[in-house]
Amino acid sequence: MLSGRTLGQGRSKSLGKFSDDYLRNVAVCELDPEDMKALGISPGQNVKVTTKTGSVVVRAAVASQASQRGIVFMPYGLWVNAVIPAETYGTGMPSMKGIEAEIAPAPDEKLLDLEAMVERLTRRG
Amino acid sequence: MIALAKKVISNVTCTFCGSTCDDLQVTVEDEKVLAVRSGCSSSLSKYLNYNAERFLTPLVRKNGQLTETSYEDAVRRSAEILANARYPLLYGWSSTSNEASRAGIELAEWVGGVIDNTTTVCHGPTLLGVHDIGEVSGSLGEIEHRADLVIYWGSNPVHSHPHHIMRYTALSTGRFRPSRKDRKMIVIDVRKTDTAKLADQFIQITPNGDYELMCALRMAVRGDELEQDAISGVPAEVIEELAELMISCQFGVIFFGLGLTMTEGRHRNVDVALSLVRDLNARTKFLIMPMRGHFNVAGANEVSAWVTGYPYAVDLSQGYPRYNPGDTTAIDVLVRGDCDAALVVASDPVSNFPVEASRRLARIPVITIDPHPSATTPIAEVVFPTTIVGIETGGCIHRMDGVAIMTKPLVPPPPGIHSDVEILRDILTHVKKSKMGQWT
Repeated sequence: MLSGRTLGQGRSKSLGKFSDDYLRNVAVCELDPEDMKALGISPGQNVKVTTKTGSVVVRAAVASQASQRGIVFMPYGLWVNAVIPAETYGTGMPSMKGIEAEIAPAPDEKLLDLEAMVERLTRRG
Repeated sequence: MIALAKKVISNVTCTFCGSTCDDLQVTVEDEKVLAVRSGCSSSLSKYLNYNAERFLTPLVRKNGQLTETSYEDAVRRSAEILANARYPLLYGWSSTSNEASRAGIELAEWVGGVIDNTTTVCHGPTLLGVHDIGEVSGSLGEIEHRADLVIYWGSNPVHSHPHHIMRYTALSTGRFRPSRKDRKMIVIDVRKTDTAKLADQFIQITPNGDYELMCALRMAVRGDELEQDAISGVPAEVIEELAELMISCQFGVIFFGLGLTMTEGRHRNVDVALSLVRDLNARTKFLIMPMRGHFNVAGANEVSAWVTGYPYAVDLSQGYPRYNPGDTTAIDVLVRGDCDAALVVASDPVSNFPVEASRRLARIPVITIDPHPSATTPIAEVVFPTTIVGIETGGCIHRMDGVAIMTKPLVPPPPGIHSDVEILRDILTHVKKSKMGQWT
């Protein structure tokens, strides 16, 4: 899994991070169409992204820029952060690209908006 | 009410990304931005929506809820939190002015905290590489007018710095390189991005394979034979051709992005990139430059370096500056659970930090100074609304190549809203009084 900037993320954050536009542009995982077919995922469907750090539910989309089997992309933001490991290996910088991740269809799981994601963060325990 | 005259302000410096393009034409009417010309889509969105979802009064947490309060009360509460903290983190600084950074460092010194900027989660490893090797750099102006070979490595400026290629590299009209055919543009990345589609050549590498490929390229530049058929997914003959192209150009440049700093190897990837360019300068003229993200992240580094001696992650808890990335960097300080309060200025760490670091932030008192609600403001104890640098407030900023630019206010801020500098100085005044009281 790679994470990075996108035009949609840059543009929509100026519209407000609580806006629908931001949610649509950032709570997303872009996949190769062949991978989507193999996993039984259709565009717009919810998927669960799981790494050794945790999991998050986002919307699936066909890769908008580069399509390559085995590579998924998520824009920078609260959703991808939920699955980014905090280990910095003595450099201060966590690994935000090149992370092993599993993607699974999650049609029955809810995609949380920014407010709910922050609420989840503050939950104790 | 009488409408105020419409005016067009030319050569406005954009305060979105590190390119800080200074060619915007902004139309202002009734003290509001009405239209923007020459900007990219990110710039237009910022300048036309700067009043969307805006804080207009300070907020403090009372009985678990963020509640409106006076500016003076917010200042007093903030000073109390910071003055009583054992090891506060002062974080952000890349989307504000150098003047604000300067005030922030003074505050950090008084409260004995650690001050870090967003470099820590973007080009921190680049600075570590520069400490090791040094950097052959120049200005974007030199590149615009002279570069005949432009390489983007692990960077996708079409999305992150939308006008970079048009203003400074392949699509710019340089004095000595007037047209696209005068330059060759190469993109090296793990996927064929929209930037790669504009390139003369795209070289695809395997994820986390930058270090090995760069080492191979150094060997090829030195004339050593590559013993493997392919390195990081790139055939040896492609590497040798690229080395030849780099040696034979008149003026080359590598722009590198977070594809080098956020992957395995981190500062070692940057070490070898800087070394490659150093080697190339024995044969031709070659520069290297990180693609800095926020409009003043370079300024945050500059100010921190000239005030404390170090560009980011500066620990002032012992009464003198201490710098040890991996130890004094924001993520590490948070994940270890060391800091007991945080001041966040012009940044949204919850949107940018791994969840484990954000969980710690959510458990300590946080003060935010931000014009807009963010993922960090809902967890804050105190929220200051503030003015927007480059739109409502002026100040000095540094472009990605280190060139200092003075920004000017275009419109007045909403009534009663203070700038980052004013807020920080007011908190500092209270902190000084409180600390003097503790010491006497």
